[in-house]
Amino acid sequence: MSGRRNETSATTARGSIRRQLFVQLLAVAAILSLAFFLIVREVAGRVAEATQDDILAASATSIADSLRFEGGEVTLDLPYSALSMLGTINEDRVFYRIVADGRTLTGYDDLPQARPSATAPRPQFATFDYRGDRVRAVTLLRPVGSGSTPVQVAVSVAQTRLGMAAISARITSIATAIGVGFFVVATALSLLAARSALSPLARMTLSVTRRGPADLRPLRTAAPRELVPFVDALNGFMARLRTALGQSEDFITEAAHRVRTPLATLRAQAEVTYRKLERPEHRQALREMIRAIDESARSAGQMLDHAMVTLRTDSVAHETVRLDELVRETCDRFAPTAGLKDIEIVTELPPAPVVLAGDRILLQNALHNVLDNAVKYSPADSTITVRLSAEPGAPRRVRLSVADQGRGFDGRDLKQLTRRFSRGSNVGDIVGSGLGLTIADEVARAHGGHLDISENSPGAGACIALVLPSA
Amino acid sequence: MRFLLIEDNERLASAIAERLRLDGHAVDHATTLSAARECLDAAAFDLILLDIMLPDGDGRQFLAGQRRARNAIPVIVITARSAVSDRVSLLDLGADDYITKPFEFSELEARCRAVLRRRGGSAANQTSFAGVTLDATRGSLNTGRRIETLRNRELRLLEVLFNAPGQVFSKAQLMDRLFSFSEDVSENAIEVYIARLRKRLGGTDARIETVRGLGYRLVGPR
Repeated sequence: MSGRRNETSATTARGSIRRQLFVQLLAVAAILSLAFFLIVREVAGRVAEATQDDILAASATSIADSLRFEGGEVTLDLPYSALSMLGTINEDRVFYRIVADGRTLTGYDDLPQARPSATAPRPQFATFDYRGDRVRAVTLLRPVGSGSTPVQVAVSVAQTRLGMAAISARITSIATAIGVGFFVVATALSLLAARSALSPLARMTLSVTRRGPADLRPLRTAAPRELVPFVDALNGFMARLRTALGQSEDFITEAAHRVRTPLATLRAQAEVTYRKLERPEHRQALREMIRAIDESARSAGQMLDHAMVTLRTDSVAHETVRLDELVRETCDRFAPTAGLKDIEIVTELPPAPVVLAGDRILLQNALHNVLDNAVKYSPADSTITVRLSAEPGAPRRVRLSVADQGRGFDGRDLKQLTRRFSRGSNVGDIVGSGLGLTIADEVARAHGGHLDISENSPGAGACIALVLPSA
Repeated sequence: MRFLLIEDNERLASAIAERLRLDGHAVDHATTLSAARECLDAAAFDLILLDIMLPDGDGRQFLAGQRRARNAIPVIVITARSAVSDRVSLLDLGADDYITKPFEFSELEARCRAVLRRRGGSAANQTSFAGVTLDATRGSLNTGRRIETLRNRELRLLEVLFNAPGQVFSKAQLMDRLFSFSEDVSENAIEVYIARLRKRLGGTDARIETVRGLGYRLVGPR
């Protein structure tokens, strides 16, 4: 209920904005990384291919330039440089074929040759499988000879693509590394972004949880525009709650006043009349009336107390309370009431101060109710022992026990006694509402403690203890 | 004792006043705070009984004002408000004690006595008979040879007898003084207390005499 019970949230979390934001940012980062990788690989592949094509074309041109036409024959002095420029690339094998008038002049007979048209004398590139390897080939058409009918010579140069594949693999691995690196950096940035985007929310949560339970002032933390409606709604809710709580307290106070004042008048008049009555039957009747007045006053009082306690336990103020002083004061306050029955209240307090964090008024009311019970059920000329001590076997816990010499509980199920309006089985002749122990129990639990009900020994009185955490 | 009763509910006030007068006290009644201030200026009181909600102001402010003005008359607040909301602040404001409506007169009496005892008592509350002095505030009995501390019920019973020596009190009358309305006791229960008082008064000239069929009375030396 109070500050310390806020540790477990009553709301079940459904989805997380931070996770959602993070996952979305991550998905975008993944897509970008992949696209980057694909583009780099594609562009690098094309650049490598273009480079190979340029060299192939240069090689073919160099061969074509060395073609001569001598004595009606096309001759070729194959320049070494034409092939060596290709050989610089890796371990690749190089093939060539020079065809003049449909007859292979030199080179590999079976090297497939594109059929370039005479009208478009640009080099033709092709990729195909040849002798067990993938090759890139270029075919160049060059007219050789003079006169009106030059001989069309087709020069083809082909090269395996091992070097290309190696370059492409290297580029791919670099592209992969960059892509992965990009993704990792994007992940970290996404985490940061998700966190910083939600930090105003965390700040607001902190400023709400840090305040005291009774603090219902509006929230003044600066909020991002998107959260302003939420903060406004929260502030509106707190304002309504403040009004409602105030009205409840006012109502209880007013109700107490309205109920108690006429009862007080009635009781005072009845007592005055009683003193003047002589006949035993009249006196007996008036006694019954006074008892009924007491009963209703008591019930009304305890119900109002209970309502006030319930209202306050929802917002237990954790101020520092000197429990030993509180016990002494409350017992002193109670002494005259107990004295009417010649009941002595003996207090046994530890020499050192006992301090705990809690609500003074609630604790006082709890002890008051327990003492009230004890006095009510104690016979005349008896003793009530109020003892404040460390709880045995539980460090940082104190036990405030009230033991009387009354009738005890006659073996009744003790757990039931703290239920509202539940009373012992052997109380027929005593006025009571059954709320006293309920109030004490609720106060104990609001402080993180509990009420311990036991019998001194059957028929030898009750022992009610408030077990509370000490500071 | 002289009481100043500050209470705006006329019927409740007159019942309280009448009940206190039956016990032999003098009571002045004020229905407003201004009337109460006039009373305080005009006479000396032993105790103030103060209601909280009054037509012309809050009793708590009156109380705080009295304390600021160093008026030391003991104050018992009669409150109808919830115990949980009010009790602490009353004592903090300088009330000597408080009692919640409705109350039993014997409890009010006991609280008055306790307050006066804490304040040091007053000689006015001593009654003497046949060389024996009863101090009702301190709850002690001075027999001339020794001082005895009386238990609450012994004191209340002896007070009745000391206030009217020679008068016969029936068992029923005496029981009214000793037992609350919630207690069911037989008339013989009074005999226990009479026996105790006779023991207390042993060796003095004061005696409690049984008047057969009528009750008891306090008598002096034969």
